[in-house]
Order: sequence, then C-alpha cells, then structure tokens
Amino acid sequence: MAEQRTALAQKTALAHQFDDLAQQHEASNLGMWAFLLTEVMFFGGLFVSYTVYRTAYLAGFIAGSQHLNVLLGTLNTAVLLSSSLTMALAVHAAQEGHTRLLSRFLLLTMFLGLVFLGIKGYEYALEYHEGLVPALNFAYTGPHAPQVKLFMIFYFVMTSLHALHMLIGLSLLTVLAILAWRRRFSTTYHTPVEVIGLYWHFVDIVWIFLYPLLYLVG
Amino acid sequence: MAAVIPRRVYYSVYAILLGLVLLTWGLSYLHLSHPLSVSVALTIAIVKALLVVLFFMHVRYSSWLTWVFVGAGVAWMGHILILTMSDYLTRGIVSGW
Repeated sequence: MAEQRTALAQKTALAHQFDDLAQQHEASNLGMWAFLLTEVMFFGGLFVSYTVYRTAYLAGFIAGSQHLNVLLGTLNTAVLLSSSLTMALAVHAAQEGHTRLLSRFLLLTMFLGLVFLGIKGYEYALEYHEGLVPALNFAYTGPHAPQVKLFMIFYFVMTSLHALHMLIGLSLLTVLAILAWRRRFSTTYHTPVEVIGLYWHFVDIVWIFLYPLLYLVG
Repeated sequence: MAAVIPRRVYYSVYAILLGLVLLTWGLSYLHLSHPLSVSVALTIAIVKALLVVLFFMHVRYSSWLTWVFVGAGVAWMGHILILTMSDYLTRGIVSGW
C-alpha cells in the first residue's frame, strides 16, 4: 500500500517532458536561479544608484543614516537570518521525509517573517512621527536637508521593495504549508520546498546588504 | 537528487552568521573613520551572503551549471558597480572631459 502510494506520488510529480525526477529537480532549481538573476538586476540597479549618490552626498547620507534605529535594524537582521535557518531546516525535514517537522519549520519561518515585517512597520511608524517620510511629512530642516531627503527616499524605496518580496515569500510559504499539511511532499518529491527556499534565502541576502548600507553608513 | 546536508552544518553556519551580526553591530559603536567603517561592514556582509549562498542555498553541493548561474549574477553585479563607479569616481581627474 505504502509502496503503491509512493509510486503514484512519483508518477504524478514527474512532468512528461523530463526523463526522471532528478532531471526535473535540476531544471526547477536552475529555473529559480535564473529568476533570482533577474532579481539581482532589479535590486542591483537600486544598489548602484544608491552608491553613486552616496559617493556624491556622503555628509547628507551619514546625517540621514543617523536618524535610523540601528538596534531595530540589527534585531531584524538576526530575525531574518533565523528565518533562513528554519527554512533550511524545513528543506532538510522534507528531504528526510519528516512531514510534520516540515510543516512546523514552515510555520516557524512564516512567523519569523511576520516578526520582521512587524518590526519594520514599527520602524516606519517611528520615522513617520519624526517627520522623516518624503512626500508625506518630511520636516527635517538640519544641515544637508535635501540630501537627507534623498537618503530617506532610497531607504523607503529599497526597504519597501524588500518588504514586498517578503510578502510574496510569505504567500508562497502559505501554499507550501498547505501542501505539506496535505502530505504532498515525500523523500522523492519536495522540489517546491527547495525552490521556494532559494527565493526566501535570496530575500535574506538582499537584507544582508541593505542593513550595513542603510543603518551603518556613518 | 540534492545531497542531504547534516543538520549540524546548518547550526554552525547560523552561529557564525549571528556572530557576524553582533560583530557588525559592535563595530558600529566604535565609530570607525569613513572609508574603513564601510569597507569592514561590507566585507562582513559579503561573508554572510557567501555563507547563505554556499550552505543554506546548497550551492556548495550543487552542479557546475548552478555555479555558472550564480557566477553570472556575481559577475554582472561586479561589472555594473565597477564600470559605473570608474566613471563617477574619475570625473574631474581627466581635465577637459
């Protein structure tokens, strides 16, 4: 019975254009990497324009950076790295066929993702109250005010695009958690867990670079 | 199929990553002078990213074709940064341009 079920699961998991599951697995992983390369170009353009303006207006960017909360930024880095660990452990659980452990690690990853977004939202609220949001209530009048404004525009554009990627990641993890709950993954078939894991780790890497560039400029 | 990596590898990588976060944070309180502070913070970020790519994203254990894909991303990012900055950082050095 169990063998029949595994055979059936493999049959339904294998798309007809592939020879076997190993080939399908490799193609899926490379497909996600190709997508991640387009994401490197997407965020890369922002990182390069940030570098250009930072070089031109160093004093203004340092002044702007000092208005951000380094403690919350550091805490969020730790939260996101922890969510990467739980994601890696979810993939491990899938490879080993521990379905319940897989569900638990997926939920834990989602929880840490939500904690990250919560802290980020709290930071946005703090910055709003300080009058640091360009186009909404930018009230900073100290030295280098226009350059500080430019820094804050970079900060909000880059962190909100990152947060959008987190939201997409959370939606994908919700689908994974439902599929895991329905026991759709096995030791032979768990490619979606791995592929979405790659995406989650990539979003983590974007933050790894945003953290020093935005919070530790000074 | 992908290699199953022992769980202690993940825990060790995680411990190093958290150590690096604490290190970056601690260093930010030393108020290092400008070019040094960014260089140190970015070097630590690159090490963290490498650890995530090689271990959490399994690239260390993946096919050569995966390495080519990852390398393409790194090479593209390097090109756009170096070529763009070689323009902006050298303006004014060559007179008459």
